Amino acid sequence: MKLESKVPSGPLAEKWDKHKFELKLVNPANKRKFHVIVVGSGLAGASAAASLAELGYTVSCFCYQDSPRRAHSIAAQGGINAAKNYQNDGDSVYRLFYDTIKGGDFRSREANVYRLAQLSTAIIDQCVAQGVPFAREYGGTLANRSFGGALVSRTFYARGQTGQQLLLGAYSALSRQIGKGQVQMFTRSEMLDLVLVNGHAKGIIVRDMVSGQITSHSADAVVLATGGYSNVYFLSTNAKGCNVTAIYRAYKKGALMANPCYIQIHPTCIPVSGDYQSKLTLMSESLRNDGRIWVPKTAGDKRPPNQIPESERDYYLERKYPTYGNLAPRDISSRAAKEVCDAGCGVGETRQGVYLDFSDAIKRLGAHVIAERYGNLFHMYEKITGENPYEVPMRIYPAPHYTMGGLWVDYNLESNIPGLFVLGEANFSDHGANRLGASALMQGLADGYFVIPYTIGDYFARTGPGRPSTDHAEFKAAEKEVQEKTRKLLSINGRRTVDSFHRELGKIMWEYCGMGRNESGLRKALSAIPALRAEFHQDVKVPGENEELNQSLERAGRLADFLEFAELMCHDALQRNESCGGHFREEYQTKEGEAQRNDAEFCYVSCWEYGGAGQAPILHKEPLEFETVHLAQRSYK
Amino acid sequence: MNLTLHVWRQKNARDKGRMVRYEAKDVNPHMSILEMLDVVNEQLTLQGINPIAFDHDCREGICGMCSLMVNGIAHGPEPGTTVCQLHMRHFKDGDTIYIEPWRARAFPVIKDLIVDRSALDRIIQAGGFVSINTGGAPDGNAIPVPKDAAETAMDAAACIGCGACVASCKNASAMLFVAAKVSHLANLPQGKAEAHERVRQMVAQMDAEGFGGCTNYFECEAVCPKEISVRFIAQMNREFMTASVRKLTTAAAAKSSGFG
Repeated sequence: MKLESKVPSGPLAEKWDKHKFELKLVNPANKRKFHVIVVGSGLAGASAAASLAELGYTVSCFCYQDSPRRAHSIAAQGGINAAKNYQNDGDSVYRLFYDTIKGGDFRSREANVYRLAQLSTAIIDQCVAQGVPFAREYGGTLANRSFGGALVSRTFYARGQTGQQLLLGAYSALSRQIGKGQVQMFTRSEMLDLVLVNGHAKGIIVRDMVSGQITSHSADAVVLATGGYSNVYFLSTNAKGCNVTAIYRAYKKGALMANPCYIQIHPTCIPVSGDYQSKLTLMSESLRNDGRIWVPKTAGDKRPPNQIPESERDYYLERKYPTYGNLAPRDISSRAAKEVCDAGCGVGETRQGVYLDFSDAIKRLGAHVIAERYGNLFHMYEKITGENPYEVPMRIYPAPHYTMGGLWVDYNLESNIPGLFVLGEANFSDHGANRLGASALMQGLADGYFVIPYTIGDYFARTGPGRPSTDHAEFKAAEKEVQEKTRKLLSINGRRTVDSFHRELGKIMWEYCGMGRNESGLRKALSAIPALRAEFHQDVKVPGENEELNQSLERAGRLADFLEFAELMCHDALQRNESCGGHFREEYQTKEGEAQRNDAEFCYVSCWEYGGAGQAPILHKEPLEFETVHLAQRSYK
Repeated sequence: MNLTLHVWRQKNARDKGRMVRYEAKDVNPHMSILEMLDVVNEQLTLQGINPIAFDHDCREGICGMCSLMVNGIAHGPEPGTTVCQLHMRHFKDGDTIYIEPWRARAFPVIKDLIVDRSALDRIIQAGGFVSINTGGAPDGNAIPVPKDAAETAMDAAACIGCGACVASCKNASAMLFVAAKVSHLANLPQGKAEAHERVRQMVAQMDAEGFGGCTNYFECEAVCPKEISVRFIAQMNREFMTASVRKLTTAAAAKSSGFG
């Protein structure tokens, strides 16, 4: 299989402008003849659906929640990066580009990342114009804060609810188009398959989650913006409904899955407290602007934090990375936390936690300043743990948060299946092996507002309008297959609940394909997962029927896909005999315990092709070519 | 701790529905109430009883999907808290807890504790936006926004659209929800140009959906998980009055000048 990245030629800074000129246009009068399906209504999906509708395309948008405003982008807290250089502190498009490439441990595509940095500034302008209430200085100008992996202040924010406010901006733009009839919105609707006609993506199969009805929807192109797959670990910072189904079913229809083993384990989450726990809650990285991370120097020290004198504390990030200190990137901070906990210095009941301490900042700035910056986060922490972080240091521990891997796309965000476009977290494109903080919002909105409106037009101009009828044999066959899958899940009537299997899968993945990975562990996982999957298909109990609102059935369908996808993640982690970013193979580390890349052999995107039921997946490689950046060992010291 | 639950069960929109009693045993006080329901549901499933359906997603208080009346209070007894963040440490061993869905004419029950809140989306679709297309926006710093205006707009914009205000109001009024969006945009220069049109359209849609009017009981503010203030209702009323008068006077002026 030949993978064409379609990266334009010419100097890095001119590629996107040149490419935009070369992309074909659709006559405005003809745009309404083209139907676009957008799956997902988060930052990427909502911004794409709204922008495409504004251009005049006929759009159908699908989400599994009861309203497009609830997509999980809403939970992003800290902020969004943009190379505005409003602070006059040395920022530029090139610096944001370089920070992002370096942050991703040189495993992302240079041209895509540069375009992202270029578009970042227009995103801020767009959101301000929509009425997003970003934080302001007294003079009325936009305020900034710092984030991990950068030495400039380029993060724009709206208290600790930046994702919410950006999503509500995109949702309002989408609502405007729904009101005009240019977008038809389908809520409580779950995509269960992708339909190809003559090799092109031409529609989807959807289950109405209220009536259980399974229907076909056809279009001239399909856009997937369905988010990430961190819920493969069961416990993650994702919403309960987040799942891999849409992109996994596209993979089974021939789309390539890229770098599935690249997972971001976020360093600042509230630690697990018990077996009943249903999800983990993130505490924004922005807290590391003012909070200091430490553990007791002595293993097993059980004194309360305020009784441990300064000299007996290990501020391990400040010690190991004096330049970046508490703002070291996420992958590095998470591994450092694991290291001190593995050494027995962890805190809290489970000993799987470290302190994030604000007492110095409160002394320096006063509690009111800290409350203004992080009030809602402190409030949330107190609600969950019952402890007041103004008085007692927060306890935090890493948790699965974001997935850099996803469906393979070219420079146009089109997958290897013509007419199938993938945006936001669902694609693999911009973050390499580790994403920097405040870059997910940037990517979702860049893809939806400013990339897809150009690139989808080129596809349409080359193919012409003409979506197939949903009576087409391909739709009927896909509908039947989906119905059959559902019927099977309901008929097993075994002895174990869906969640009991999901928790077990999560434990396997966290143990063997989590923060640290090694060959023998991954091989164990590769034998445990198929066994668990077989048991699931023999012994799961899914109560109720298809023809009703059935939350157990929804979860069972998603888990069935996670049980296959998990294996693909382990294959990917096993073949990548190097450490890079969030993928830390214990066999490959420097003397100081940092990730040891192997650029000679692994400077590529691993792209997996579905090999058929019961067959091993097939690996293809897209070599990463760096025209501008010099590959270096990442250093934050 | 052990608890007795009385939960609303309703098979679908056509079913009449009823309260059903369940025992929740060995509840850990660190659990959220939704996690307690998860545990109950696991047991019901193994007993061959259909689990209790309830809406939830982010479980961190921001998506606005969870929506339970707990002992007659929307989102339960803790102020400023969504029900997904309501932890069992706020209850005592032996307590009886009543769990019901949002109840309002504009929020029909779909199943058990799940209701249809699409009326709120339609209100936003009627005008809860700034009419700007993608591209061509001026520089973010081109229009300064006073810090206090931005903060006030943010206070209103914090609304998560859960509908607790409606569920707790004896008139099932959506005034706090609508006021939050109207005030968010009315406080910013970007939203000003079409402020009058916006408030009229949104209020008209609110009335069309069957929500009641506000009679100043302020239950909405008391249960709002984001503690949105009723002073925004006052602002919306002001905006609405001005917009209505403006419409009348412009229509009269147009008529007298012969452009009617």
